[in-house]
Amino acid sequence: MSDAFKLTSTQRDDLRTVAAMIIPASDEYKVPGADDSAIQADMLATLGRDTALVRQALDHLARLAGRPLAQLDAAKREAVATEFRATGGAAAATLVRVVLQCYYRNDRVLRSLGLELRAPFPKGYTLNEGDWALLDPVRARAGTLRRAQ
Amino acid sequence: MNKHGPVDVLIIGAGASGAAVAWSLADTKMHILCLDQGGWMNQSDYPSTGRDWEAKFYGDWSTSPNIRGRPEDYPINDDNSPIKVVNFNAVGGSTVMYTAHWPRLHPSDFKVKTLDGVADDWPIDYDALTPFFEENDRMMGVSGMSGDPLSPLTHPPMPAQPLGLSGPLIGNAMNKLGWHWWPSDTTVATMDYEGRARCINLGHCTPACAQGAKASTDITYWPHAIRAGVELRTHCRVREILTNEDGMASGVVYYDKDGVEQFQPAEVVIIACNGVGTPRLLLNSVSGRFPNGLANSSGLVGKNLMFHPYAQIYGFVKEPTDSNRAPPTCLWSKEFYDTDLSRGFVRGYGIQFGRGAGPVFEAVASEQKGILPWGADHHRVFRKLNGHRLAVSAICEDLPEEHNRVTLDPVLKDGHGIPAPKIDYTIGANSRKMMDHGLARGREILEAAGATDICINDPIPWGGWHLLGTARMGTDPSRSVVNEWGRSHDVKNLFIVDGSVFVTSGGVNPTSTIQAIALYVADQMKQRLANLFD
Repeated sequence: MSDAFKLTSTQRDDLRTVAAMIIPASDEYKVPGADDSAIQADMLATLGRDTALVRQALDHLARLAGRPLAQLDAAKREAVATEFRATGGAAAATLVRVVLQCYYRNDRVLRSLGLELRAPFPKGYTLNEGDWALLDPVRARAGTLRRAQ
Repeated sequence: MNKHGPVDVLIIGAGASGAAVAWSLADTKMHILCLDQGGWMNQSDYPSTGRDWEAKFYGDWSTSPNIRGRPEDYPINDDNSPIKVVNFNAVGGSTVMYTAHWPRLHPSDFKVKTLDGVADDWPIDYDALTPFFEENDRMMGVSGMSGDPLSPLTHPPMPAQPLGLSGPLIGNAMNKLGWHWWPSDTTVATMDYEGRARCINLGHCTPACAQGAKASTDITYWPHAIRAGVELRTHCRVREILTNEDGMASGVVYYDKDGVEQFQPAEVVIIACNGVGTPRLLLNSVSGRFPNGLANSSGLVGKNLMFHPYAQIYGFVKEPTDSNRAPPTCLWSKEFYDTDLSRGFVRGYGIQFGRGAGPVFEAVASEQKGILPWGADHHRVFRKLNGHRLAVSAICEDLPEEHNRVTLDPVLKDGHGIPAPKIDYTIGANSRKMMDHGLARGREILEAAGATDICINDPIPWGGWHLLGTARMGTDPSRSVVNEWGRSHDVKNLFIVDGSVFVTSGGVNPTSTIQAIALYVADQMKQRLANLFD
């Protein structure tokens, strides 16, 4: 069974709703929300070892909400989210991390941040050598290594 | 049980110390075999080769063996410790997964009792290790800048890492405060070196280097050792060391890659399994003659565990930092390394500066700290934080305390049914004061750099990189496990060469010193081959 089907339809709906609460779309920054279909698909496809904790977090969320999260009004949703973060423990932290790690590798998001759409290897990055004269005050102060005797 | 032909020297563990001792002993032309529970790593599988490189740090490439859970890992019960053990199990050991920060213990670190009236002096001094530090720096390939006035003199064969964007921010802050700082010695190759390609700044070095620029012993010592005739047998997990009627080690029982029990006889056994794996193995090696574990007549096997509690403070500056586009550490400070009783504690700490973090790490960490909100303001705040982080970590000298210890868990076992280690550890009062001092000074440094949104990790919870002191070295058999050249007091053909033998911990990353000790022990063995067991 693929990871996508390890969550029920209701759980996937709640995941989409809570993801949008964490990171909504922004016209100002020209980025999608974390409920974007491509980002959601990435989450579901790569849940892997996080599946059990994410499912546990979504069960906890469902208990707090009492119905699909999307059906609550905004104020109630906020209250549920606050309670979820306060009482969800490792499972809630895992769900949030899954949302964030998929969001911040999405092409549109990285482009908006001015980051390149690539793995670090093999191109790498270049560092400025910098001005080692910055060490002159340290050299001037010198100091001595503590003696062993 | 299958029985193999005997070898002259059997080394358990192919990590930092096992590789060094194997290479050094190879010139004796003895039959040397090393067993490691892990296998060879493949650089093309390393995280930085994929777009999901940061996500891997939370799973398959976590520093914690309990989270990672590869078949090569063994579980560790560290529930009763605020600091969790991190390691890596493969050829190269934890040098595959470390920051490559490369300070040495200071000469004064070997005379703690004499100088400060605490803990114990080592039975050896810095001068005894000097040639081995130098040899090890050449073998591992060290970059740095000679001449640090507050560190032991080193001669790095490669230039220091560039300052980049973060270095000047830290340097200027330290200059403003009038405090010492210096480019770190690291085992990151800044030029092509001995078959290794130079660093191309792939990002965080800790979870392995796809470029091979970071020294790990699978690409430094091991190719030389194997070429010199050392045999390395992988995916072999040692269960116990057996002894004969004379009380000498006769060999080891291990499980091969297919899980089949094997017996490997040996004339000499060398343990190089780190400060948790080594006491675990000794405590698992019980017999009628050694009912409390092997080499444990002192009762000190597993005791005096020292971690180096890391007190970390970080913040965010207006200027861009190096983020994930550089090795994570490039500068150190020894300003608070030596004892100053006016601070309210003895001994001291080194400071390791952090250049920044990648976007996923930043988002996850900042959300957990409560400084990155959910909702509409998320984007604005993230852009303020991401790529602007600077970190200050105080590596605090942990004093040896017997209640900090490794024992065998009565329930937890590894995949072969071997009892797993259990950690009981508390941060001592002296360390606590030292950490508070480090956090306060770190805050001053960050404020001098103009940082805001300051957060702390006190301690870094998954910060148990340095596993020290659990089979300490000494001249008194009732107060130590091995003698001044690494040989067990109780078992004359059993040696320990890893961080277990540390008497005190110093306030710096220990790998350089661990390897220097391994080379020193190998040299002592070679000098005494004719009467090694006397």
